[in-house]
Amino acid sequence: MATTLSINGRNYSVDADPQTSLLTVLREYLDLTGSKYGCGEGQCGACTVLIDGKAQRSCITRMGSVAHKQITTIEGLAAGDQLHPVQTAFLDAGAMQCGYCSSGMIMSAVALLKRNPAPKESEIIDFMDGNVCRCGTYPRIVTAIQTAAKAISPSSAAKGAGR
Amino acid sequence: MSKNLSATLNRPTPNRPTPNQLTTLEPERYELTAAAPYHFDLDRREFFKFLGAGVLVVSVLKPAALAQESGGSRRWRGDSLPKEIDAWLHIAENGRVTVYTGKVEIGQNIRTSLTQAVAEELHVPTEKIELVMGDTKLTPFDMGTFGSRTTPTMNLQLRRVAAAARDTLVTLAAKEWNTDAQNLVAENGKIIDPKTSRVVEYAALTKGQQLTETLPAEDPLIAATNWKIAGQAASKINGRDFVTGKHKYPSDQTQPGMLYGKVLRPPSFGATLTSLDTKRAEQMGVTVVHDGDFVGVAGKTSDVAAAAVATIHADWKSEPQISNKELFDYLKQNPTEGHDPTGDGDRYESGQIDAALAAADHKLQATYTLPYIAHVPLEPRAALAQWDGDNLTVWTGTQRPFGVRGQLAEAFRIPEDQVRVLMPDMGSGYGGKHTGETAIEAARLARAAKRPVKVVWTREEEFTWAYFRPAGVMEVTGGIRGDGMITAWEFHNYNSGSAGIRTYYDIPNQRIVFHPTKYPLRQGSYRALAATANHFARESHMNELAYAVKMDPLEFRLKNLKEERLRAVFEAAAKKFDWGKAKSPGQGFGLGGGYEKLGYIATYAEVNVDAKSREVKIVRVVSAFECGAIVNPDGLRNQVEGANIQGLGGALFEAVQFEDGKILNDHLSAYRVPRFSDVPVVETVLLDRKDLPSVGAGECPMVGLAPAIANAIFDASGVRLRSLPLIPDGNIPGTRET
Repeated sequence: MATTLSINGRNYSVDADPQTSLLTVLREYLDLTGSKYGCGEGQCGACTVLIDGKAQRSCITRMGSVAHKQITTIEGLAAGDQLHPVQTAFLDAGAMQCGYCSSGMIMSAVALLKRNPAPKESEIIDFMDGNVCRCGTYPRIVTAIQTAAKAISPSSAAKGAGR
Repeated sequence: MSKNLSATLNRPTPNRPTPNQLTTLEPERYELTAAAPYHFDLDRREFFKFLGAGVLVVSVLKPAALAQESGGSRRWRGDSLPKEIDAWLHIAENGRVTVYTGKVEIGQNIRTSLTQAVAEELHVPTEKIELVMGDTKLTPFDMGTFGSRTTPTMNLQLRRVAAAARDTLVTLAAKEWNTDAQNLVAENGKIIDPKTSRVVEYAALTKGQQLTETLPAEDPLIAATNWKIAGQAASKINGRDFVTGKHKYPSDQTQPGMLYGKVLRPPSFGATLTSLDTKRAEQMGVTVVHDGDFVGVAGKTSDVAAAAVATIHADWKSEPQISNKELFDYLKQNPTEGHDPTGDGDRYESGQIDAALAAADHKLQATYTLPYIAHVPLEPRAALAQWDGDNLTVWTGTQRPFGVRGQLAEAFRIPEDQVRVLMPDMGSGYGGKHTGETAIEAARLARAAKRPVKVVWTREEEFTWAYFRPAGVMEVTGGIRGDGMITAWEFHNYNSGSAGIRTYYDIPNQRIVFHPTKYPLRQGSYRALAATANHFARESHMNELAYAVKMDPLEFRLKNLKEERLRAVFEAAAKKFDWGKAKSPGQGFGLGGGYEKLGYIATYAEVNVDAKSREVKIVRVVSAFECGAIVNPDGLRNQVEGANIQGLGGALFEAVQFEDGKILNDHLSAYRVPRFSDVPVVETVLLDRKDLPSVGAGECPMVGLAPAIANAIFDASGVRLRSLPLIPDGNIPGTRET
């Protein structure tokens, strides 16, 4: 029996076992390969997507559990050609080397800024600690998130300037 | 239909290498590649000699695919140099410039820095340039992307090609306008005659012509002091594709009708198959392949393939094997013949080491160890294979596409020109993706399934069936005079390798030996090779010697060091760090540095050790790095920062645990890698030596960190840690309060 998934504002009918991981469905059934496999146990964050606005590891999320929820992947973040401020901030900060972690980092950062528009540095580190960048661009990612916070809500971001 | 223009640039072959041929500065290095003996029959020295001779053919305006055809049959053997190296550069009729290089993009951002180099010499904006990288059909042969060789060799090569192309275009315009080439200026993809204001686009100029030119012997390259595009910070050239999820990594590749492959893994290393029952799998609508000890399945999705593999019943015969607990004794007790191809030579001796040690005022002997660690590239190995008759195409993540082509040709007993390997920019490697396991697996399954097959390793497979950074034991004995001059230095490295084994300190009596040994795990290259191990031992020992004569460790180093470039980074980082400042209780400062892969690094660390819990916190890391003229300052800073942050793992907590041929910590929740919360304040000082050739930066910056931290921990606590990882549980080992 097919499951209906709402991804990036579009409905998809997926004929797969509801126990299949969301990451496998995205990558293998829908060719939405922006979400990455890194560990398969929710430890690296490369597969992070938004489920109803909250960051979730798609590799340990069963497809059946997210039917009829709003799923956002990295492919759905930009509004047409207009990049999301977090995407722009990652580019401006040079917050990547190989870029394999970038999708997950960006989705986690978007979720963080939704919840906390003006995070302190320590709050960024706490929230992002489940996302691994093997190339070691962590300080640049922190900078990018701080820049994005200011871009999204200039007034509230000023309050979160401390560590 | 475009016509052809090729400019052959013959320059006199110099009798001795020019300063730009960095082979004179460092012995040629190979890399360790696990279990592929035929990798080492290729002589890179010959390759660089060829490049240095300056015989270049720049094919322009040929239809790209046609011009590159010979690439497919290009084989590299000592007796057949690639005289057919051609088609490095193509200018299309719309003005787009395509550059072909066998180097690959693995996160070190050479796609950007090489583009800058071409833009600089060709006088074309970077946006008009596209690099085709690591495609064995389209790009010239390349040994592989490792050893920090891209900047000293490929950057130089592409600059020469671009400069030659530019000069050819100027000559063409001069002929057309019946003027002297010296009157003309190349700028922004155009040739301009400032006197007459005539302008012609490169593309228009080359149209319809064929040309062979001989260039003068002088090196036409633009001096770094005059760079306008190179030398400037440039962001990742196709960065937008990476923040939008659009970029297709090797594991993202697809082909119509593609299946997903899974391989049945033995329960332990070296296990052999004794019986096999695949009946249930065969009834699941999948392709099952059993060929020797290879058992694999191809199915519609990776879950289907994995489920089918799970139904296979297999019996294996295993031999008992050692564990990580016996590792260092094992390495010491199992010497082998042979040598290490990756480093500075296996044995070096000068002066009278035994007499000098006997006569030293202070003599200090210590043993240092480091374990096996894993690369953990965030993208695991992946390959998509497709057969067309006996022709094989494979998209795969590897640092050696041409090497993998050879492995595939050998595995399937077909000529190399029937194999095409493409390397889409991949999710990192760090020296860990030199081999073609997934390519062979995918191709074997695709052969049987008669459809394209993709194999993507799980993290557990990557942790188990890839290869590791070699473990090692280093025994060091230093002898010094009372005034702090080092008189004797004896250094032995068991198994980890000889890269960076030689000391840069000026010591009259030395014995330095690399000892190959038998080893229990599959081992191979890792970012910086053994230089990390050898610098850890050497730079730790330097501090121990300084302490023995109660000298400041920086002063002690400088007293024994003449090499100006190394002194410069030690001093620059000391200044930034404020070395010599007063300490508060629990605080400790340390340093470590050296020379590796033509670059110079000095790293200083500040730690804090809690008096009660003995918990260690890394507070601040400051590095100064020098690698000649800087091509992309932001890319370089990113590399140095990244090397230190990745290096935290190997320095502090990473170690592979194994027993009886099994990896015990084979997943990310059991194998700790550095995360956001592990990162101290990281500061980087870049010394830009525009008077020196640009060299690589991917590896060298890593080697100063572990000794700097070990020395800082000693400074804070008085405890000397001689084994990596230094603090696997976060506390000084053996001193945790219970």
